[in-house]
Amino acid sequence: MNFQHQHAAHCESGVIASLLRHHGVPMTESLAFGLSAGLSFAYLPFIKINGQPLIAYRSLPRSIIKGLIAPLGARFRFETFATPEAGQRRLDALLSSGQIVGLQASVYWLPYFPPDMRFHFNAHNLLVYGKEGDDYLVSDPVFEEPMRCASSDLARARFAKGALAPKGLLYYPTSIARHQVEPAAVRAAIRKNCRAMLPPVPIAGVRGMRLLANKVQRLPVDNPASASFLGNIVRMQEEIGTGGAGFRFIYAAFLQEAATLAELPVLTEFAERLTTIGDNWRVLALKTARMIKGREPMDPPAIATRLREQADHEEIFFRDLKLAAR
Amino acid sequence: MRGADHSTPTLREMNIESVPQERNATLGRQRKVVYARDTDGRMVIAASRGWEVEEIVTSHAVGVLHAQAVAARERVAAGLTSPLEFWMYERRMDIPLLAQTSGFWQWRVKRHLRPARFARLSRKQLERYAQALGLSSAALQKLP
Repeated sequence: MNFQHQHAAHCESGVIASLLRHHGVPMTESLAFGLSAGLSFAYLPFIKINGQPLIAYRSLPRSIIKGLIAPLGARFRFETFATPEAGQRRLDALLSSGQIVGLQASVYWLPYFPPDMRFHFNAHNLLVYGKEGDDYLVSDPVFEEPMRCASSDLARARFAKGALAPKGLLYYPTSIARHQVEPAAVRAAIRKNCRAMLPPVPIAGVRGMRLLANKVQRLPVDNPASASFLGNIVRMQEEIGTGGAGFRFIYAAFLQEAATLAELPVLTEFAERLTTIGDNWRVLALKTARMIKGREPMDPPAIATRLREQADHEEIFFRDLKLAAR
Repeated sequence: MRGADHSTPTLREMNIESVPQERNATLGRQRKVVYARDTDGRMVIAASRGWEVEEIVTSHAVGVLHAQAVAARERVAAGLTSPLEFWMYERRMDIPLLAQTSGFWQWRVKRHLRPARFARLSRKQLERYAQALGLSSAALQKLP
C-alpha cells in the first residue's frame, strides 16, 4: 500500500487532508480547515468536561470533514456500529479491500498518546491504513511518525462512551467529483466563517469571547478553582493541537492560499493581520500561565480585559474580511 | 522578584526561528505541529518540542486529577469511601462521566461510592463499573 503519513497540527483537518491527498486531491491541512470554515469560538458554560466548561476555538466535531463535501463534490460514507465486534469486522473488511479508513476515537484509551495527554476527549480522529497481526497501522496526524495500536485498545477507544461518543464511527470517500477548488467556493467558505465569528447568539464568535470575559472578570482571586478555569482556556487554545493561537495561525495559512485560489491578493494582508491577532492570543496564554504558576499575582480582571481586546480586534477583522470576500 | 509591572510579558512573534522548543515533559518526547512565519512571511508547518505555557496548564490539569485520586485513596484506607471513588479519579473521570460511561444515574453512582453500599453491589453491577473503567472486577474492589 502506497500511503504517505503527514504530520499535522490538528486531528480532523490533518486526517481529512491526508485522506484526500491519498485520493489524488492536492489538499493541505490549512486549506481543509479554511474551506470547511473551521475557525470559531464557542463558550458553552452548560456543557462541563471534568468540571470545566466547554471552550472551543474551532467548529463542531466532524464539521471539517462535512464542510469539504460540497466544495469537492465528494461523497463520503459514515458508518457507526452497535457493537465493537461489528465495528472491527467492518474495519478489517475495508482494510483488506485496500481502503484507508478514518476513525473517531477517545484520546484517553489510545495507548500511544503520552500519559499527560490522555484525557476523556471522544472526538479525536485518526486514519488506519493497514493491519499486521493483531496491530492496526495508524496514521495519527498529530504524531510525527505512524503508530501501531493493538486491536483491543483500538476497539475500546472507538467505543468509548460519554459526550460525543464515537459509536465506532468510521468514514471514507466513495467518490470525489472535483480535484480543484473553485474560486467561488473559497470566497463562500470565507464568508461563512465570518458569519460564524459574528453570530447573533451570545455564546459563539466574538460575543462568546465577551461572555467568557465577563465570567473571567468575576473569578475569585483566592479560589484554586480559578486557576483550573483559566488553565482550561489556555489548554483549549494552545495544547490540544491547534497549530498555535487557537487555530488563528492555521487560518492565516489558509488565507494566504486563498489569496491565489480565490484570486483575491488582498487576503495576504488579512493573513498578516490575523497572525498579529494570533500573536496576541499567545501573549494572553503566557500571562495566564504565569498567574497559574504563581510567577505573577492572580488577576482575572486583567485576563478579562485582554479577552475583550481580542474580541474587539477579531470583530473588526471579520467585518473587514467579510467585505473583502464578496 | 522582577519589577512590579507585570502588565505585558514579552513574547516574540511566531516566526519560524522563535518556535518554542522547550522539551515539554507532557509531550513525552513527541513533537507537535505549529504554524509560523518563514522568512518570506508565509505561514508554514514547524515541529515544536513544546512551549512552557502548554506544559504549565497541562501539568496543572493533570495535577488536579491526580490530587483527587490521592485524596480518595486516603479516604478509602480510612474506610470513608469505596475503591470505586479512587478508580474513578485514577481513570481521570468524575461522577458525571462515570455515570455516562457506566450507564448508572449520577445519584446511583454517588450512592455506590459509600463503602457499605459498594460492598452490596451485585456481580453484574460491579462488572459494569469495571468495564467502564477498563479494569477487572477483582481490581475494582481494592486499591492497587
